[in-house]
Amino acid sequence: MEKQEKYLDGLTIRFAGDSGDGMQLSGTQFSNTSGAMGNYVNTFPDYPAEIRAPEGTLYGVSAYQIQIATKEISTFGAFIDVLVAMNASSLKVSLPKLSKGAVIIANESGFGAKNLKLAEYETNPLEDGSLSDFEVHSVPIVETMKEVCADLEMSPKFIERTKNLFALGIVYALYSRDSEHTIKWLNEKFGKKPVVLDANLRALKKGMEYTAVNDEFTTIYKVEKSEVEPGFYRNITGNEAAALGLVIAANRANMHLFLGSYPITPATEILHFISGYKKHGVKHLQAEDEIAGLTSAIGASFGGYLAATTTSGPGLSLKVEAMGLACILELPLVIIDVQRAGPSTGIPTKPEQTDLLMAMYGRHGDAPIPIVAATDAADCFNMTIEAARIALKYMTPVILLTDGYIAQGTNAFKVPHIEDIPEMSPTFATDPETYQSYKRDPETLARMWAVPGTQGLEHRIGGLEKEDITGNVSSDSENHQLMTNLRQAKVDGIAKDIPLLQVHGEQSGDLLILGWGGTYGAIKDAWNDLRCDGKVVSRAHLKYLNPFPANIEEVLNNFDRVLIPELNMGDLKMMIQGKFLKRIIGLNRVDGLPLQTNVVYNKVVELLESKEG
Amino acid sequence: MKNVLDSVLEEKHQGSFEFTAKDLKSGADVRWCAGCGDFSVLAQVQRIMPTLGIAKENIAVISGIGCSSRFPYYMDTYGMHTLHGRALAIASGLKIARPELSVWVATGDGDCMSIGGNHFIHAARRNVNMNVLMFNNGIYSLTKGQYSPLSLKGQITKSSPLGVLDDPFNASALALGAGSSFVARSYDKDAKLMKVVLERAARHNGFAFVEIYSNCVIFNDGAYDGYTTKENRFDNTVNLEHGMPLVFGKDLEKGIKLDGFRPTVVSLTDGKHSKDDLLIHDEADTTLAAILADMTYNPTVPQPMGVFHAVDRTPYDQRTTEQLEHYAIQPGAGDMNALLKGNDSWEIK
Ligand SMILES: Cc1ncc(C[n+]2csc(CCOP(=O)(O)OP(=O)(O)O)c2C)c(N)n1
Ligand code: SF4
Ligand SMILES: [Mg+2]
Repeated sequence: MEKQEKYLDGLTIRFAGDSGDGMQLSGTQFSNTSGAMGNYVNTFPDYPAEIRAPEGTLYGVSAYQIQIATKEISTFGAFIDVLVAMNASSLKVSLPKLSKGAVIIANESGFGAKNLKLAEYETNPLEDGSLSDFEVHSVPIVETMKEVCADLEMSPKFIERTKNLFALGIVYALYSRDSEHTIKWLNEKFGKKPVVLDANLRALKKGMEYTAVNDEFTTIYKVEKSEVEPGFYRNITGNEAAALGLVIAANRANMHLFLGSYPITPATEILHFISGYKKHGVKHLQAEDEIAGLTSAIGASFGGYLAATTTSGPGLSLKVEAMGLACILELPLVIIDVQRAGPSTGIPTKPEQTDLLMAMYGRHGDAPIPIVAATDAADCFNMTIEAARIALKYMTPVILLTDGYIAQGTNAFKVPHIEDIPEMSPTFATDPETYQSYKRDPETLARMWAVPGTQGLEHRIGGLEKEDITGNVSSDSENHQLMTNLRQAKVDGIAKDIPLLQVHGEQSGDLLILGWGGTYGAIKDAWNDLRCDGKVVSRAHLKYLNPFPANIEEVLNNFDRVLIPELNMGDLKMMIQGKFLKRIIGLNRVDGLPLQTNVVYNKVVELLESKEG
Repeated sequence: MKNVLDSVLEEKHQGSFEFTAKDLKSGADVRWCAGCGDFSVLAQVQRIMPTLGIAKENIAVISGIGCSSRFPYYMDTYGMHTLHGRALAIASGLKIARPELSVWVATGDGDCMSIGGNHFIHAARRNVNMNVLMFNNGIYSLTKGQYSPLSLKGQITKSSPLGVLDDPFNASALALGAGSSFVARSYDKDAKLMKVVLERAARHNGFAFVEIYSNCVIFNDGAYDGYTTKENRFDNTVNLEHGMPLVFGKDLEKGIKLDGFRPTVVSLTDGKHSKDDLLIHDEADTTLAAILADMTYNPTVPQPMGVFHAVDRTPYDQRTTEQLEHYAIQPGAGDMNALLKGNDSWEIK
């Protein structure tokens, strides 16, 4: 039977199964292939909280969701158009998010009596008619693969493991994905294990054939290429991007890099990546706790390194005292906080933006520290470099806020050439005639930086208040006022050195949506939808939280009403209200999810109708 | 472009090796109370440093918080007065980054063994190459006299008016248990011993822990008099010397003999024992080190002073350097473009 061809603007696909089913691999390959074919992609892995949850259970489902599109998209998709379900539980947990008429590719052998029981199904949903709203394809993947691999010296258990590639083959053919990228990748990955390679290649091919020859599939879909800027691309998680950012920042500053860190979800991968960069000269210490993570970095910074620490909420709490020390020492440091749901252990794997006020005010004494935030996975790279630039130029610790969503989700990263990333030029003092430890650059107010090993510049720094210029210990009252003012003025002065806040849409009017950090994608997609639907609303997004961009007050005053959607109970809202005495409408969600596009959309529609505020 | 740190360090390479104890005085007023034991540590440190063959600019002194932790302010070296308990973690970061530096840590008994206990055991375990001087005055002095983890059971302090209920740490046993490759003890009133111990610590390639009994004249005066005064030290301390029998007493008329694993005092003049019966000190013997540490709170034997234990073990900072050197010659080392591109990229033409 001739199949029809149909063009789609884009689609959201979810691969779901057990931890051991290889769903992350299928998802990564689908997104990388789509990226390579010139589509916009955005992904999010959804791991179970348990390390090896019992097979087939509802709480053990591991999934990977991808949105691909011809036009630019910034989220992994609110509703699922295609579900690959390896077992009954993965179908059940995904059902509430399926769009009407969604395609379900179900692995038949994952719906046996045991699986149904684990998923708490009385009857088989593939057979009982309960999925009549959807296009269901129940596929005997495992049986087919056993036949296909009968001649290979492979145990049935290993043959079964190829089912993720079979499923990938089905959707590749159905959505006209080019298998070349994955074949190349498989060859590289399994080159040394010819039998495994052979089985996986057969699975991919058989899956594609399955779609081609099977009359159930009446239509083949295509997603047209986007107008993507030419160049090299890769999918990158925010954590990998941050790790890369640290190495590249050190390279552009011609400095050595040190990371002191203690493992914590969802920040740990930064430590993993950094520890794998040994051949690039990176030093790291897996410290005994988060305090030592930061304090060892302070030691390395004193020694003239670009030093960093990485953590999440509970760890940030432990670092608070040492952040105050770094502030008064005026040593450069990058502190990356991958925010997660709190308080306490909270929901470690879920994103929030609930550390903003702690980053801003969570220290004793007046201890201003610059704060920047990344908007998406790839932006973690830019903002890590930016944090390092500010730290080195102004001799200050800088906090970079990301979150569990952008840290673990991916989007396409346009690979820059190293020479295209601006150089930084930190300088160390060398002249004993002019050196004084708290003498400042008149422009930046950064103090002079002298490193141990420099002859004649021996000096002491520490947590006790220091006399202006000389750096001698001082408890003089006027001096303390002066030093407090200087530390504040130095941070405030960074406003001159960062981009202005850009408004998208009308530059003034009734309603502005103001976001910050990792909610960028959801707000942007919601705003695009609103504009398409003819709504008059503008948007702006903050990446600099301390100091704010120089024009922020002007932007705020250009709008009658300002809506701040954020994943907390009103942190930025409070900062803005407090600083600018402007009443803000909050859209505050702490539901463990990344901000949802439709939540923003609906709130704006409601506001436009009600004139509330 | 050359690494900025490397070029600054190369530029100033001649190094100031010719300096004296006086050159190590920072000029800041030393604010310890008259008679404070910490003065003697400062004096000996300033005396030995010029003799170590280390350029003055390559010395860094890091401290925590406490009376004793004011130490770096009095030294004309690179220095950092940090947070209560965190000196060892900061010093570890500095040493790992800059293994060529001579890193010294000044810390109190509270700073090191209470709030900083976690950093202490891990720095010892990792064998970060630095010299840790723990000023043990058996009290929290800066905060005006509360008991510390090294105060004795029953001790009356501001926060234990009816006597301390907990047992103290045995500092040297704790250090040994944590894997410290060098463990020693000295005290404020014996300048000669202190000098020897500090020199040994400075020359040790690895984590060197020195417990120093230092008298706080204000909040715990006389705490160590039973061992440290001229009248008492001969009978109540025994100076350890590698390869030598443990003898003590004004005329070296007594010795320590092992009875099983139990050290006992024997007389060398009553005709029953000779030096040949005595315990011979071996700094490399871990079992012996544990026995010596255990003598600390044993009232039937004198307190060991000097180097309990010293073994060679590659320090963590050196291992870090060696690992990087090994990887620096691997294919692709330093290739930032390859790193940026990763191993699963695609090209849009
Ligand atoms: C986080 C923190 N907690 C408590 C203190 C108060 N504090 C300062 S020094 C000190 C104890 C000092 O005792 P020790 O380390 O033995 O030093 P000493 O003064 O006896 O030399 C305490 C509790 C502090 N500075 N910081
Ligand atoms: S209070 Fe005690 S420890 Fe502190 S300076 Fe005075 S004598 Fe020394
Ligand atoms: Mg003390």
